[in-house]
Amino acid sequence: MSDIREEIEKRILVLDGAMGTMLQRYDFSEEDFRGERFKDYPSSLKGNNDLLSITQPQAIAEVHRLYFEAGADIVETNTFSGTTIAMADYQMEDLVYELNYESAKIAKQVANEFTKANPEKPRFVAGSIGPTNKTASMSPDVNKPEYRAITFEELRIAYKEQVEALIDGGVDVLLVETIFDTLNAKAALFAIEEVKEERQIDIPIMVSGTITDASGRTLSGQTVEAFLTSISHVPLLSVGFNCALGAEQLKPYLQRLSYETEFYTSAHPNAGLPNAFGEYDQSAMQMQELIEDYLNDGLINIIGGCCGTNPKHIQAIAEVAKNYKPRQINIEV
Amino acid sequence: MARRNTYLTLSGLEPLVVTPESNFINVGERTNVTGSRKFLRLIKEEKYDEALDVARDQVEGGAQILDVNMDEGMLDGKYAMIKFLNLIASEPDIARIPIMIDSSKWDIIEAGLQVVQGKCVVNSISLKEGEDEFIRQAKLIKRYGAAVIVMAFDEVGQADTYQRRIDICKRSYDVLVNQVNFPPQDIIFDPNIFPVATGMDEHRLNALDFFKATKWIREHLPHANVSGGVSNVSFSFRGNTIVREAINSAFLYHAIQHGMTLGIVNPTLLEVYDEIPKDLLQHVEDVLFDRHEDATERLLDFAETVKGQKKEDDTKVLEWRNAPLQERITHALVKGIDAFIVEDVEEARVLSVKPIQVIEGHLMIGMNVVGDLFGSGKMFLPQVVKSARVMKKAVAYLQPFIEAEKDGKQAFAGKILMATVKGDVHDIGKNIVSVVLGCNNYEIIDLGVMVPPEKIIETAVKENVDVIGLSGLITPSLDEMVYLSKAMKKENLTIPLIIGGATTSKAHTSVKIAPHYNHTVVHINDASRAVTVVGNLLQKDNKAYKAQIREEYDKFREQFLTRGKRKEYISIDVARQRKYQIDWATSEIVKPKQLGIQVIDHFDLAQLEAYIDWSPFFRSWDLHGKFPDILNDSVVGQQAQDLFKDAQDLLKRILEEQLLKAKAIFGLFPANTINDDDIEVYDDNGNVQATFLTLRQQLKKRDGVPNIALADFIAPKTSGIQDYIGGFCVTTGFGTHELAEQFEAANDDYNSIMIKALADRLAEAFAEYLHEHVRKDVWAYALDEHLSNEELIKESYKGIRPAPGYPACPDHLEKTTLWRLLDVEEHIGVKLTESLAMWPAASVSGYYFGHPEAKYFGLGKITENQLKDYAKRRQISEDQARKWLNPNLAET
Repeated sequence: MSDIREEIEKRILVLDGAMGTMLQRYDFSEEDFRGERFKDYPSSLKGNNDLLSITQPQAIAEVHRLYFEAGADIVETNTFSGTTIAMADYQMEDLVYELNYESAKIAKQVANEFTKANPEKPRFVAGSIGPTNKTASMSPDVNKPEYRAITFEELRIAYKEQVEALIDGGVDVLLVETIFDTLNAKAALFAIEEVKEERQIDIPIMVSGTITDASGRTLSGQTVEAFLTSISHVPLLSVGFNCALGAEQLKPYLQRLSYETEFYTSAHPNAGLPNAFGEYDQSAMQMQELIEDYLNDGLINIIGGCCGTNPKHIQAIAEVAKNYKPRQINIEV
Repeated sequence: MARRNTYLTLSGLEPLVVTPESNFINVGERTNVTGSRKFLRLIKEEKYDEALDVARDQVEGGAQILDVNMDEGMLDGKYAMIKFLNLIASEPDIARIPIMIDSSKWDIIEAGLQVVQGKCVVNSISLKEGEDEFIRQAKLIKRYGAAVIVMAFDEVGQADTYQRRIDICKRSYDVLVNQVNFPPQDIIFDPNIFPVATGMDEHRLNALDFFKATKWIREHLPHANVSGGVSNVSFSFRGNTIVREAINSAFLYHAIQHGMTLGIVNPTLLEVYDEIPKDLLQHVEDVLFDRHEDATERLLDFAETVKGQKKEDDTKVLEWRNAPLQERITHALVKGIDAFIVEDVEEARVLSVKPIQVIEGHLMIGMNVVGDLFGSGKMFLPQVVKSARVMKKAVAYLQPFIEAEKDGKQAFAGKILMATVKGDVHDIGKNIVSVVLGCNNYEIIDLGVMVPPEKIIETAVKENVDVIGLSGLITPSLDEMVYLSKAMKKENLTIPLIIGGATTSKAHTSVKIAPHYNHTVVHINDASRAVTVVGNLLQKDNKAYKAQIREEYDKFREQFLTRGKRKEYISIDVARQRKYQIDWATSEIVKPKQLGIQVIDHFDLAQLEAYIDWSPFFRSWDLHGKFPDILNDSVVGQQAQDLFKDAQDLLKRILEEQLLKAKAIFGLFPANTINDDDIEVYDDNGNVQATFLTLRQQLKKRDGVPNIALADFIAPKTSGIQDYIGGFCVTTGFGTHELAEQFEAANDDYNSIMIKALADRLAEAFAEYLHEHVRKDVWAYALDEHLSNEELIKESYKGIRPAPGYPACPDHLEKTTLWRLLDVEEHIGVKLTESLAMWPAASVSGYYFGHPEAKYFGLGKITENQLKDYAKRRQISEDQARKWLNPNLAET
């Protein structure tokens, strides 16, 4: 079996685009979300996209397939909210292992089909590990700045469960992404390191932070360099940014990151900034042009899309990515 | 390209890279309960606010890493560590720098590591309890992503010779690098700094061995750093500050020369190396390098001769109080501290020939610093207003002395007339600009609110003012400003005119005001610009500046007018056909549970606290950002927090002492739309008791996008369906004026502005509260609504409460209809001025629309064609109609 660590030396790897945007196209109803199995579940389940891996697995597989067809090398599992913390909104904490395990299996199965059809271009599955809906270094209550809604220890335990299920399900790489609060990410990395040690495995890790606005900082206030410093204690396959900004707005931060790090770099920006109605209207061609800028400057090893992107965007990105050499990690001594 | 990092790199909100080019990295050590009695007391008494101030002082004083230690027998160290580090995380100006988690207890260290997002330093671990425990802790530290200080300490004890130091450090290094795979650049050795000159022979090499060990480590253990606690070296000279400071400085100087990269130094116990008297330095260095058999004795003898030359630090006196007079005055002004200003000003007065010189000299020097800091964005508006408070207090103290001297007259930089125009009562912005200009040594003649144009002109001429500043918030004020500019031209005045206030704009100023006045007209949108603009206008050679302004505004007007022409409008008849369509047959219209008028005479303000939308409050102080995020903003966060605290304090007083009165009136009535745009309001018998006139959007829109008027949200009479509408007015303004006057009388502009800003927020909160009450209990169409304050602010509820004078219905005349319908003035005392502003200013009025599809929109511009139609419906002349709707008329 090929290793992503070998492929990444050869070429720029293309990551998939948004899952949520694609799932909206199915316009699933409450009943669709519930399926047969959860038809009597006490709480509303509509909007619990991760659950679709169990109730609508063919749709999830189809989205993965569309992205692979568009030229993606890596697809992300449908597990952005697959922790006990995020699933508490639906009282589905007990399902976390199954959700992650099944999601990983679906994605891996589709990836294997594509690899088999074209062994020259092996395809990979990244286990998506989202930020959860709570922050460990910020208080939700402005009048009680010392208060925290979640602790490092609670996060570590929740992430560990997710990581174990993703690995059991067969993911090739773990992707800690959309990091608003670096302390949450540190807990995820802590959990991953524990699992790696316990199982004596060396699964590659991708880390992707989120610069929330033009302040150039994460939501928890760190600059690009401070963020990088805070997560570089773990050997990473790649470090990068995703979400919140479009390719254009993200570029200066990517440049700084690329200059500072010895890890491979990744980016999966949004399809521009949302318009007044909260919709992303940057076209595939517009995004392609912006991404080509990254490629010209040699900033990137892994490139994909986040909110508002669809297979057209990924296809456009893949078309240009194959014409360029990946970013070289030249070490300045 | 990528950079290889072999340097110690840490992070708070910002990174800290220790490179060979870095100067010595100074670790702040006052947030350590074992080293600071004051900090220990604060933590013990749970005074965390003050404890944070200690941390902030350290950062402001230049600390690059903050050491936090909670090791004290009587403290729950883990609890205190977590709480303090969590609090630091919400103070961006402290959290900027990396944290050093300092404890001898592993569970406290680990608790600290779990709450800090940045890359910390653990202080410290050692081989004291054997290799296994050392490895276990090191592995965890690595996994938490921190660097580590390793003490030169092993199973036998602390390293106290050169050989033991390097042996233990070498062994620790090898275990960490080879077995734990610890990045070598993340290892910092502390090879133990022990006291010198103790009189004991075995201590004679303490400094020298440290220097040598440091050098060896830097040469033999690649990428590792060296640190130490410096003050310890001079421990035996406690009580002799001069010698102690000399030893510390000399030791630090040589330790750095030998390769020490970071350390804990108490800056108050440090002399500048170059300023140590040469003879003393000689004695000290003899001891540090053990140059003579009797070096210690010689230093001790010498020490006796310098003992007591300098006063001991009296910690009870604030340090800045020891500075020279001018520095103290400047400090008080910059920091807004009024506690000592009278005493300092008195000192200055005695030293000056004339009391006026204190203002022109000492105080202005300080205020210039304030002005510069403000101008360069290093101070923020609330701070400047506090500075002004101190300034006023100082001037008030000097005033009797100045008056006692017959020729005493203060030399101002210029005279500015400030006024809120006729018909308008809003003055928060005007007062802020007055205060800021006052700070910059301009004499302010403030004519207050609702000032008729004749009075402005008369005063301007009589007082020979240099600039006139006009302010207004409601749209009719825009026309007042136009009127005034015309009147000024008639009187042949040449005084520059400055325009400001929420509805004013550069566009309006350049298009509507500037053409009517032959002299300078400038629009400013925030208080900080006022100083520059007035400064430029009043400089001796201001022709160029004035010409430049003229040109800028002419150009802006031209561009604006050509751009305006591109917009297309449709006729009112076509617009009516394109109205917002509601399917009335299927709409569920809820009949209000209780129809008619209700009055709330004494409402408990305390209930409103939770409904306050704070973002606009900060905006009124020129601090821009969303609440609560603004409290943690990297630029204005600290100011926002200070301001918020002051606001909370005053709010608490208002609530406890019931300083403001809250009253409200509202009514719900049967209603239907007639003739597309008018809403008839009926009494119990179905007779029309009032008609609201709404205005309709006329901008040409895409197909399928309607041209909305508020009337679209009420069922038309022709549908045969009975619909309903509401009206309301709330106020929290009674009492504001009196309080503001009290504050002004006490020279406290800060709180005078604050009370008005708070009253405005309370009025908005009251409107929000009342709307909820109406939705849930009175009209009761939203029985199952459960919204948080945040959702209320985001207007997530069903139904709207648009206010006349605002974008959906800019027609202020509607207020007269509303006042008649509800008999507002009779019931709760809120009056309308001639420009139809509400008095007291902290009032809100509007309609209630209950239909779920009702939404807020902006009317935009309307054309002549609707204006004529409107004049007929309103039964007023077209000229009158034009006057009221002027800001909304499209250019033709």
